[in-house]
Amino acid sequence: MNQERIDLIKLKLTDFNIVFTDITGTPAINANPKYIINICKILKTDPDISFEMLLDEMGVDNFKKGIRFEVVCSLYSLKFKDRIFIKVLLDDKNPEMPSLTILWKGADWYEREAYDMFGIKFTGHPDLRRIYMPEDYEHFPMRKDFPLLGIPDSIQLPNK
Amino acid sequence: MHNTVFEKLKSDDPDIRKSKILEALESEDLSVSFDDALENEMVLNMGPQHPATHGVLRLLVSLDGETIKKVVPDLGYLHRGYEKLAEATSFHEYIPHTDRLDYLQPIANNVAYTMAVEKLIKLEIPERGKYIRTICSELGRIQSHLIAFGTMVMDIGALTPFLWAMREREKILDIYDIMTGVRFTTSYTRIGGVAQDIPDAAIAGIKKFIDEFPKYLREMRDIVERNKIFIVRTEGIGIISKEDAIDYGITGPILRATGVPRDLRKDEPYLIYDKLDFDIAVLEDGDSLSRYYIRIEEMIQSVRILHQCLDKLPKGPYNSGNPKKVLPKKERVYTKMEELIHDFMLINFGVNPPVGESYSAVESSKGELGFYIKSDGRGNPFRLKIHSPSFCNLQILPVLMKDCMISDVVVIIGSVDPVMGEADK
Repeated sequence: MNQERIDLIKLKLTDFNIVFTDITGTPAINANPKYIINICKILKTDPDISFEMLLDEMGVDNFKKGIRFEVVCSLYSLKFKDRIFIKVLLDDKNPEMPSLTILWKGADWYEREAYDMFGIKFTGHPDLRRIYMPEDYEHFPMRKDFPLLGIPDSIQLPNK
Repeated sequence: MHNTVFEKLKSDDPDIRKSKILEALESEDLSVSFDDALENEMVLNMGPQHPATHGVLRLLVSLDGETIKKVVPDLGYLHRGYEKLAEATSFHEYIPHTDRLDYLQPIANNVAYTMAVEKLIKLEIPERGKYIRTICSELGRIQSHLIAFGTMVMDIGALTPFLWAMREREKILDIYDIMTGVRFTTSYTRIGGVAQDIPDAAIAGIKKFIDEFPKYLREMRDIVERNKIFIVRTEGIGIISKEDAIDYGITGPILRATGVPRDLRKDEPYLIYDKLDFDIAVLEDGDSLSRYYIRIEEMIQSVRILHQCLDKLPKGPYNSGNPKKVLPKKERVYTKMEELIHDFMLINFGVNPPVGESYSAVESSKGELGFYIKSDGRGNPFRLKIHSPSFCNLQILPVLMKDCMISDVVVIIGSVDPVMGEADK
């Protein structure tokens, strides 16, 4: 992505207190969950920016106090053929962010996966069920405090 | 007796009617009859153990007669926690696990994963290594599309093209046997290049294969594409619009079948794709038949790419020379002190990338296959996320199947071509 385009995005998003970073050459935005819907709406609908596709929402557990979780949204522009990442920083006590399903239908399963693996809640999601683990499972396996070998007796097995 | 129960069943409220039927069944009253069975919606459970779902995909299908009203896919039957496992293995140790993601083209997954690691540790690989990797990716694409082609027509009822496709695929596996030492789970790439140089016998094998393959592909197409049953069962079935496909984040042949010319090989050229001459297959209709044609065209283009790769294949090293990142050859480890030390350090501590993140995506046969790696400076990834195309593409099954017939379900799954190893991770 060239510098002009980055400056344009910076200009359009001045109200939302964002920080520009970099993921090996691809621009990334650190965003507050409060503004994420507004930011994504501008990125998606503004014809000069036009990131039409949401490719993924990836949960990350940084395993530290304060800002513990991140959701990395990966956006792609078909018009300009480039991509951008939005990192939504979430609190450790109550990891919660607004669901992006109102902007992209495809966000449905990505958010279900992030919920299943990290316990990140997406407010406004129409159907926030687990996607891989059993529905009555209590733990979130991709969190750093979940042991690699699993928790004994967390899944009821037949006793015979 | 019969008349009284029948009168009770005439209630308009479906809940009351249902409870009356259950009541009658519990008291073993077999005289109850329904006035119109087709008015009742039925839920059909399909899978996870079903030969036509291409793995352990489970679908809950709500039917009105034979028409599909609603579909709910259920995943997770092959969830092995590969992302969690990555956090406990070193970057080298994880390569064999990538074979088990998209198990129809293991070699292309190896390429995608090692490219992401190399992007993170900023390692350039030599030209010959890039060419070998491109050959691997394209062989993987043909290998995967042959299965997609074969199983899709088998779901319609044509068994012969499936066997022919498997015969051609077998030849690719024989090439892998010479090239990597393994037929199936190849684990061929290494960080900084590939495990060993491509032998002359493998090059001869690929040459022979790409010379003959177009003829055999023509044969397979001839008995499928002029077949009325095939056309009727696929044309206009399982349609997704361009807008929906973009909205759902679909990639790969399904997106290109709706008229969006997105192919990472052209849009974000990696390896040596910018030096090659090939076309992207794009069709407008977005139905099962166009997805079939896209895959056929991609196989033809892959043959073109392979021809160019073999013609241009340069001489030189196939591995990056950086001893701190690339595993040394085994015979040198046993005889040379230097290599022994490097081998010890790499096995015990790993490649130790700088603190940071990287995202690298390739165009796999099913769409964008991306690896997001976050590193904290140690020898194993802090977080590794697999952006798997099958997972995203399965999400549109409810859209594709809406208002289709129950017999179209298997055809639509075949045309989407999901691999559950990748979708469930």
